[in-house]
Amino acid sequence: MSQATVAKPVLGTQPGKKSGKRRSRLGESPYHGLLYITPWLIGFLVFTLYPIVASFYLSFTKYDLVSAPKFIGLDNYVRMFKDPVFRKALTVTFQYVIWEVPLKLAFSLFVAMILNMKLRGINFFRTAYYIPSILGSNVAIAVLWKFIFQTNGLVNQVLNLLGMPSVGWFGEQFPALITIVLLRVWEFGSTMVIFLAALKSLPQDVYEAASVDGCTKFRQFFRITIPLLSPTIFFNFVMQLIHAFQEFNAPYLITKGGPQKGTYLLPILIYENTFKYYKMGYAAAMSWILFIIIMIFTAFAFKGSKYWVFYSDDGKGAGEKDA
Amino acid sequence: MRNTEYNARTLARKRIKSVVLYVLLIFVAIVMLYPMVWLFGASFKNNAEIHSSIWFMPKSFSLQPYIDGWKTGSQYTMGHYFVNTFKIVIPRVIFTVISVTLTAYGFARFEFPFKKQLFALLIGTLLLPNIILRIPSYLMWNWFHLLDTYAPLTLPALFATDALFVFMLIQFFRGIPKELDEAARIDGCGRFMTLIRILVPVIKPAITSIALFSFMWTMNDFMGPLIFISSVEKYPITIALRMSMDATGAGYDENRIIAMSIVSLIPSIVVFMCAQSQFIDGITTGSVKG
Repeated sequence: MSQATVAKPVLGTQPGKKSGKRRSRLGESPYHGLLYITPWLIGFLVFTLYPIVASFYLSFTKYDLVSAPKFIGLDNYVRMFKDPVFRKALTVTFQYVIWEVPLKLAFSLFVAMILNMKLRGINFFRTAYYIPSILGSNVAIAVLWKFIFQTNGLVNQVLNLLGMPSVGWFGEQFPALITIVLLRVWEFGSTMVIFLAALKSLPQDVYEAASVDGCTKFRQFFRITIPLLSPTIFFNFVMQLIHAFQEFNAPYLITKGGPQKGTYLLPILIYENTFKYYKMGYAAAMSWILFIIIMIFTAFAFKGSKYWVFYSDDGKGAGEKDA
Repeated sequence: MRNTEYNARTLARKRIKSVVLYVLLIFVAIVMLYPMVWLFGASFKNNAEIHSSIWFMPKSFSLQPYIDGWKTGSQYTMGHYFVNTFKIVIPRVIFTVISVTLTAYGFARFEFPFKKQLFALLIGTLLLPNIILRIPSYLMWNWFHLLDTYAPLTLPALFATDALFVFMLIQFFRGIPKELDEAARIDGCGRFMTLIRILVPVIKPAITSIALFSFMWTMNDFMGPLIFISSVEKYPITIALRMSMDATGAGYDENRIIAMSIVSLIPSIVVFMCAQSQFIDGITTGSVKG
């Protein structure tokens, strides 16, 4: 349908445009470009816009796939906040995000700083660090994690070797959550690579000037590197935030949400309501709440970015603040 | 005299510094890689040894875990599940490359009404949490009667649904001087032929990166097949692996599961090893603006 409506004007307007503006001096219709983005546009309407609208509508209904959706107003939303399982999942999700995002950012920035130094063989390390990220959420990685964190697994054996007692990683709520956090921190490669590219593009003369003025490496890091890197930190922060709130594979595969729902993140709750209990409306409402939470956090990040993110090209450079 | 002493001291300092850095680098490398090396070693061990040794080299070396693992314990072998995976991965990569290139070309090289707004929508989808789309997508494929087929996993790629790739490629297009396509057009090359003959050869590295990422993500995808594929016969390797994992009780042929995981990782690792730089550099082309 929309393909036809987009394609039509191209043929219709082409001849008349010949003597038109400069841009179309080669006899081109302004709709020509639309033709190329048509696949994406259709995809956007069918696979993005429609599902958003549909899930919004579904969230106000009761729908079990068998009988038609029944409109029940705000009932799903009201019920959700009375539901202890939902409240537990919400708490666990926040816990997870609060641990995972800063740890991953700090660790990947730290490693990127080391990799930015001019040492021989640095590319080997860069590649080595990147491997876990490329395998991402592969089920095999979940198998690996299950094995190395089990009671007499690799991690506990190393701890014993260092004279520390074993930890029942999957036996208690918080340690279980930490294993998931550690998995994602372990896969820090792609964030690290983005930091590394940004570090490589930092102007060296600022550092030289700072050294001449007797600024220590430590101060240089906080006064020069962090401000100059702030757009990249911000980008990585927002991306990680959005990912972390939607974490599903690791807890689903490794801990199955347990023990005592200690790793029962919201996406698992939504998944189970959708595909196990067929409570489509209720699940849609919960995904909307999660969506709104992510949007609020992203909006705050954007708002807050005014105070700490410096774009060196708009006159408010980091050097100015430093002075 | 004082000068040489000073030099010697800074040199010694520099050496100590680089030793410290190397120790740190190697330590991190061990943390990153040892679990995987250990897992590889464990796939040749017997079950008792898996639980007792942190050293990766197996004392008793056996290929039996691989032989058992390949049979998977279901009615199909791993070969069958691999074929299924490639039935998803290959169309998806091809569709993605074609649709993303066309869309990025449109955004990077043309002026058209509402371009700004449409581009904003494209960027918006980058930030959109996919979880919101999942239930209606499932219902939609249900109406089409295409659940339990590979259509939901492959067809959307025809419509450039990976906004990140489009964005990466637009950035790449912007780095190519417009004079290049204008020269081709003055020579009588049409807009589409300009793309195919002139621009595609130039953006080949970016297209390769996109193909590789798309390959990797589809290989690793778990959620997609979990939702859309329900019959064992059509399971890709990821879901088959989970099935065996869940079917295996504690202390029962664990080395077989480990061997299966190792085998399932082989395509991804081989592809990564052959094209490391495309992966590592490719990720930064789109995200970091100069």
